[in-house]
Amino acid sequence: MQPIAISVDTPEESRDLRKKASYTFPFLSDVNADVIRRYDLLHKGAGEGGRDIARPAEFLVDRNGIVRWRNLTEDFRVRATPEQILEQVRSLR
Amino acid sequence: MMECVNYHPAMTRRLNTPLWSGLILVLVGIFSYIFLFVRWPVTRDFPWTSFVMFAIALVLLVIGFRRAERKLVPSIVMVIGIGLMAFFTFGTLVVTKMIPASHNAPAVGQKAPDFTLPDTNHQSVALSQLLAAPGSKGVVLIFYRGYW
Repeated sequence: MQPIAISVDTPEESRDLRKKASYTFPFLSDVNADVIRRYDLLHKGAGEGGRDIARPAEFLVDRNGIVRWRNLTEDFRVRATPEQILEQVRSLR
Repeated sequence: MMECVNYHPAMTRRLNTPLWSGLILVLVGIFSYIFLFVRWPVTRDFPWTSFVMFAIALVLLVIGFRRAERKLVPSIVMVIGIGLMAFFTFGTLVVTKMIPASHNAPAVGQKAPDFTLPDTNHQSVALSQLLAAPGSKGVVLIFYRGYW
């Protein structure tokens, strides 16, 4: 089960973050927030300089593309913890 | 700062320790959160460390205010201190919850819409392609606010 990070950051910005935090999983760039909009996760004007960004959200998608678990936080400081996600991943098997 | 010197030349000015410590504690409460306590969920999700400091700061500010003979400067310090605490409280408890409801986000049991996006090497990556990869059990999509 692979994590995939998605934000409006450019590939270069994501590369910096990925390197700095030593992450090995893919970081995808949705610069125009097209996918973020399709997933109804757009947070209008919440970014730097009033830029549209993604609200934090996590989705566990099985190999058939079906959402098996999701977490839509009500407070953008509060995210799903790695333990919570792992628990969901384990429960899939 | 000048008024005592001008109007009470005989009075030796004493620093109003409780008042100023109160204001400093307000600032410590705010900056310790921003630069330190925000790192751990237990202190980040609810900024109780700041609120403990604010409670003590408020007591100090009130003591300092009551002790002062001339109230002008203490009043200003009080207003600044309470204003900063209110601003921080609003920012951490209200603003962070002002996020869209996402009623149309893919729900459990629904298909996650396919997409293609560039990775950090500008290579196009499709969700369907990740799911179809040999040995894939699925993915965890993590949407985040971005570099900040």
